[in-house]
Amino acid sequence: MSFLTVSKVHHTYFSSKTATEALQDINLTIEKGEFVSFIGPSGCGKTTLLSILAGLFPPTAGKVLIEEQDVFANADLSIGYMLQQDYLFPWRTIEENVTLGLKLLKVNKDESEKLASKLLADVGLPSIEKKYPRELSGGMRQRVALARTLAVDPKILLLDEPFSALDYQSKLKLEDLVHKLMKEYGKTAVLVTHDIGEAIAMSDRIFLFSAKPGRLYQTFEVPEEVRNLTPFEARANPMYSSLFQTIWKELESLEH
Amino acid sequence: MNINKLHEDYKASLRKERMWVRFYQLLILVLFFVIWEVASTLRWIDQLIFSSPSKIGHLFVEKVADYSLLYHSSYTLFETVLGFILGTLVGTILAAILWWSPFLSKVLDPYLVVLNSMPKVALGPILIVALGPGMSSIITMGALISVIISTIVIYTAFRTVDSNYLKVLQTFNASRTQMFKEAILPASFPTIISTLKVNVGLSWVGVIVGEFLVSSQGLGYLIIYGFQVFNFNLVLLSLLVIAVFATIMYQLVELLEKRLIKNE
Repeated sequence: MSFLTVSKVHHTYFSSKTATEALQDINLTIEKGEFVSFIGPSGCGKTTLLSILAGLFPPTAGKVLIEEQDVFANADLSIGYMLQQDYLFPWRTIEENVTLGLKLLKVNKDESEKLASKLLADVGLPSIEKKYPRELSGGMRQRVALARTLAVDPKILLLDEPFSALDYQSKLKLEDLVHKLMKEYGKTAVLVTHDIGEAIAMSDRIFLFSAKPGRLYQTFEVPEEVRNLTPFEARANPMYSSLFQTIWKELESLEH
Repeated sequence: MNINKLHEDYKASLRKERMWVRFYQLLILVLFFVIWEVASTLRWIDQLIFSSPSKIGHLFVEKVADYSLLYHSSYTLFETVLGFILGTLVGTILAAILWWSPFLSKVLDPYLVVLNSMPKVALGPILIVALGPGMSSIITMGALISVIISTIVIYTAFRTVDSNYLKVLQTFNASRTQMFKEAILPASFPTIISTLKVNVGLSWVGVIVGEFLVSSQGLGYLIIYGFQVFNFNLVLLSLLVIAVFATIMYQLVELLEKRLIKNE
């Protein structure tokens, strides 16, 4: 049994006028410690699938299991979810933001504060605990959001284009950081992205989706050699370029 | 170039501007009273109706000396503050209930619109009969006048909180109570504060009208009594006292705003 299993998932969005099929017969598995990416044209349902993995809503049909437990409305299962923007709570200090999940789990305050400063140091932001989010730059805020997500020790990290709103330099640095931390903490992660390069540089496997309705079109293995490099180094590897070309062509063929 | 000196100059220019603003504010106040006094003495305006600052001043001293002003204003102040707090508190609680149950909010929507459009002071006679001609019906009036509009405004603020904050909390398995406490309520503080500011004015309206109708004490009573015996000195004195108290309440709300909203 795999760590995460998606079996026969369909999802349809209903409104009073239309029923839009977003996902059709999705089957996939992800192993523990793996880093995978979902890519595809807009409207391919990759964000819908991620939300279903996060247990935000149940699929219209089918099942999503993590370690054989259903993900929807499961309070025992902790899931880390990072969005395009940081969504730090502006009225809370950085420390209070990082410990938010722990507070909801009723973890002792001293303990969570200790963990917060360790995590903030891990994401490269020591001694900013008492500041407010508005005092930080976009890249720093997204790092804090990462620390907040890691604080509850989630079983899996779901990343919904968390680097897309950042400037290029911050984006590259944050990719390296996330990649390094996922390996260090041994976390399983799923990244949704538009950026083929980012997907190759960061993941072990890439799922390509086709649109209308969203279907799993093809799966790519990232070569071992590229996987062992940091995302920044990976971009300079020749195998990176050839995989980029392959995926690019597939994506082009999907859009025409 | 001397940055420090330029900074000092800049700060000095800010200070200077502040000083001039204060100066003109005071000037308007002084001119208002002086022109009023002169106009009254020279009979440009009817002394009987518009009185004059000096007459009001004399009456003020007299009413302070026999403690009657203190007596009446403390009644009104108590009723207004209580009506104001009740109106905002009940409004916030109702808004929370509506947020809690989207179904209930859909059901109640037309009733809120009707209740909001209805002039609440028209309920005065019914309140007096139901609750008796005393303080409780006046406080109810002060609260009633602000409660529905508070509910509507605060509920709208609750609903427009960015759903992504809730998504973050949902992935932490937060309950609906926790979502309300951690995101909905703090994100709506700015709106609640501006509702408070509006309610300061509204609750004064409710209470003064209430006192017009029933009471034998309070500033509203002094106004209506002054009107009946044609003592406009008394009417205007009461009005000035109300203006001062309402301003103080408003300032207190602003103080609360500074303490509550730290992220600006």
